[in-house]
Amino acid sequence: MVQTVDHVALLPAYVAAGTALLALLLDLAAGRRGAVLGATALGAAATAVTAVVVGSGADRDTFCVPGTSACSYRVDDTGALVAVLFAGLTLAVLALSVPATRVAAVPPGEYAFLLACSMTGGVVLGYSRDLISLIVAVETLTLPLFVLVGLRRRTAASAEGAVTFFVVSVVATAVTLLGAALLYAVTGAVHFNALRTALAEQAQLRDVPLAAAAVVLVLVGLAFKVAAVPFHAWAPAAYDGAPLPVAAYLSTASKLGGVVAILYVAVAALRPWLDVAGPALAAFAVLTMTVGNLVALRQRRMVRLLAWSSVAQAGYIIAPLGAFAVASGRTDDALALAVAATVAYVVFYVLLELGAFGAVVALRRGDADGGEIEDYRGAARRHPWVGAAFVLALVGLAGLPPGLAGLFAKVVVVRSLLGGGAGWLAVVVALNAVVGLAYYVRVAGVLFAGPASAPAPAPAAAHAPAAASAVAPAPGSAAVPPSRPASATPVAPTPDTGLTQAPVPVSVSAPVSAAAGSAGRVAWPVAAALAAVTLAALIVGFAPQLVLDAAALALSR
Amino acid sequence: MTAALVAVLAIPALGAVLVAAMPAQADRAARMVGTFAAGAALLAALLLGLDRTAWTGPAAADPGTAGTQPGGAGGSPVQPWHELDLAWAPGLDLRFHLGVDGISYPLVVLTALLTLLCCGYTLWNVPAPGRGRLLVALLLVIEVGITGTFLALDLVLFFVFFEVVLLPMFAVIAVWGGPGRRHAARKFVLYTLFGSVLLLVGIFTVVAATGTADLVRLTADAGSGMSRTTQLLAFTLLAIGFAVKSPLWPLHTWLPDAHTEAPTVGSVVLAGVLLKMGTYGLIRVAVGVAPDGAERAAPTLGVLAVAAIIVGSLVCLAQTELKRLIAYSSVGHMGFVLLGIATLNATGLQAALIGNIAHGIITGLLFFLAGAIKDRAHTGDLVRLGGLRETAPGLAGVLGFAAIASLGLPGLAGFWGEAFAVVAAFRVGGPLWTVLGIVAALGGALTAAYFLRLLRKVTHGPAAPAVAGITAPRLAPAELVAWAPLVVLALVVGLLPALVIGMAADPVTALVTTLATGSR
Repeated sequence: MVQTVDHVALLPAYVAAGTALLALLLDLAAGRRGAVLGATALGAAATAVTAVVVGSGADRDTFCVPGTSACSYRVDDTGALVAVLFAGLTLAVLALSVPATRVAAVPPGEYAFLLACSMTGGVVLGYSRDLISLIVAVETLTLPLFVLVGLRRRTAASAEGAVTFFVVSVVATAVTLLGAALLYAVTGAVHFNALRTALAEQAQLRDVPLAAAAVVLVLVGLAFKVAAVPFHAWAPAAYDGAPLPVAAYLSTASKLGGVVAILYVAVAALRPWLDVAGPALAAFAVLTMTVGNLVALRQRRMVRLLAWSSVAQAGYIIAPLGAFAVASGRTDDALALAVAATVAYVVFYVLLELGAFGAVVALRRGDADGGEIEDYRGAARRHPWVGAAFVLALVGLAGLPPGLAGLFAKVVVVRSLLGGGAGWLAVVVALNAVVGLAYYVRVAGVLFAGPASAPAPAPAAAHAPAAASAVAPAPGSAAVPPSRPASATPVAPTPDTGLTQAPVPVSVSAPVSAAAGSAGRVAWPVAAALAAVTLAALIVGFAPQLVLDAAALALSR
Repeated sequence: MTAALVAVLAIPALGAVLVAAMPAQADRAARMVGTFAAGAALLAALLLGLDRTAWTGPAAADPGTAGTQPGGAGGSPVQPWHELDLAWAPGLDLRFHLGVDGISYPLVVLTALLTLLCCGYTLWNVPAPGRGRLLVALLLVIEVGITGTFLALDLVLFFVFFEVVLLPMFAVIAVWGGPGRRHAARKFVLYTLFGSVLLLVGIFTVVAATGTADLVRLTADAGSGMSRTTQLLAFTLLAIGFAVKSPLWPLHTWLPDAHTEAPTVGSVVLAGVLLKMGTYGLIRVAVGVAPDGAERAAPTLGVLAVAAIIVGSLVCLAQTELKRLIAYSSVGHMGFVLLGIATLNATGLQAALIGNIAHGIITGLLFFLAGAIKDRAHTGDLVRLGGLRETAPGLAGVLGFAAIASLGLPGLAGFWGEAFAVVAAFRVGGPLWTVLGIVAALGGALTAAYFLRLLRKVTHGPAAPAVAGITAPRLAPAELVAWAPLVVLALVVGLLPALVIGMAADPVTALVTTLATGSR
């Protein structure tokens, strides 16, 4: 039996993989950073276009088991949406990578190649329709990131982050594979539709504890990818040690991959067993939100704060799926509402998170890491536009106007939870939003603060690419609070309370004083990417129906 | 006149953007542009009162069949004079549905007037550290949020506008405020966000149960789409959200710090109109949408309201700082308003509505005066003030007028809200409400006590050194212009309350009738 392969359906994957090869070859042939990054960016754009074109036709299946409808690779609207999102994220992160690759420590060719490989994994993830393809795709998404996190070669923080990430990831993958294997053992199927049929029809499986264990194991392993508590411990170390654009990619694309994988597994494959999966998801959501927000309150380093905040945001993303824990949340209507809410929140979140990381990249020099929050004191007064974009992103992540994107994201989640009858979870989400505001507002305040009482060299007289005065939508721009009393912030770096590892990472290439790490001019690709992302966030903020319609596409399964 | 509905929101919004975009050198010009925008918004607000759609029939019609048309349906207690209904995000049950009626119109005009007065005041006096144009821009954004809340006829839109005011007000307090401003601003924003998110959960409890977010329709249905338990749950969540904003004791602890540390114009807007978002929300949203839940929770609400009156008054009697005393007096006055709402009869609701307006006018004036005194004497400490009428008789006179208006002297605006809240409590009857009425009346006496104490300490007696050293005893023209409308309004509303509550008679009667006949 020769399986026919539909190459047209595979075009987006081919283009993505081709981009990776192109990056490597161009680096060997031409060796110029601009050419390599530019070509990879073009490749990412081409992937997105291909995905849209291929997806706009009829649905296509390939890699099907002959004689059945069990196919491993399916091109439909859902897959197209996911592929476009990954390609777009890769494009944005490439733009943000320009300052980092300028420094010789980060080799541009390998960097672009690895990023494009990761993008390929993400694109294939969107189209995969069986457990094994899904796991392979998730691994393809994650493996290059181990190296990317460790690419700041002269720093111990980078290496530590990479090793932590690698070890935890390997364990998580093993757990997921174990769960997938057990599911195959009890049901005899790996394809989602076959699995669903098997679980629905074989009621005797309910008496087999192994089946329930398998379901939970698969979800547990995938929860690692989204950095859900209690599998989140790798995130702060990895984000802080990685180059800033890689941290941005981790917090957006890697999380997107995890969410898509969980959605596919929970909703497509395990649909008849949501009463087992639901409580697990609800528990993840509550723990993740709460722990993420509470620990973020104590952070002193910018990227660690953003890492913990993205852990908490992962909790909000999974929260609609927590409605599956109650019977009223498992009806078809409630399920559709929950899935649409999750996808919509992910889209809103990705835009805002890119905005936040983009602003951090714009405010830091070269391959500097994120630095302490104190290093950003007064940054919004030196770079008004970047500061405004940063505040918009932070306020959006907190869920308040003018970050309407974030406000509507929270509204979507609360609406779906109450529609599914999980009001208690909606209250938990609401209370966590209040805790979250505390640290977002703290960072926004530091951005606008005047110089601290401690003597610091005057920051470089940088000029943002526009007029001096900031423009609304940022409220309270260019404020002048008095200098803080010197005893306000503790000077000693506080170790993360969430990690059990002892040593505090020592950053050699990141001096403490604000001036040394802060950016002078903002590189044009970074500025362009930040502007594009902020504009997109504003547009979807005023027209949230666009995102909701896109999320509805995700239900066309 | 639908244009006026959009204008009253769009003009301040555009004004804010324009003012913030002007360069630092043109600060004074920017503030003038902002004041002009506020004036245009007031004009638009006044225009909303013209050309009203007539009230169609009593609301005692069947609640089930009423409100099936998308807007202004006969029989719904909410019959806007002008209405605008556009789709915005159907996936969120969000429609851009604006409307003004007798209940919201006075509040809209009050908001526009106070914002205009504050922007005009900023022309003359910008608090440290300067950059007055940004303060004016933020005030205009706050105006958009507050006016939008009063005009919204869609629950989700109401929530969006409710949230708009949080960060601008935080910025106003955190940047231009007094010595303890950072802590006060943080407390304010976190506490009020807590109320807002519970409001969000309450709103979607209603939307999930009834399938619509349209206030006109929901008020007409009078909770018939929800079970009694759901109604009570929804009302509780909504009420907590609004209670934080009003504020209702014991959720009031954000208010004294925020009012004391805010700059003068911030305190005026905060006390004058921001608090009214809570009480208006209680009447329009909580009582209108979940009337059965309101009836079951009314005794609790009444008890808490009277506790607010007594606690507010007792704390005021012990206060030694001027702005803090006025802040706690807001807690007491809002207690009277909430008592009026809790009685759930026409007298009570009317008392609450006029109490809202009166409190906005008078406390706005009081905070202006407190700012003026602190600027001149460089202290707000009652111990260090005294004998103001010796040194600055004009200022002392206006302060006396405002204090007496606030304590509820008949003939001035404050009387109607306080007196008729007590009357409404007696009208409900029964042991609990009679006791509440008596205690509230005692609270009224305590209110008089602390305001007279304030006057004795500040205006009477020998001139204290801080007061004797005042270099600008005469009232500046800007101050006269800013305060005159409030003084006149306090007198006019006191003598002719029908100006304010006459237009609300029909909606309130209709609301009370649906309460009586509503879903059983």
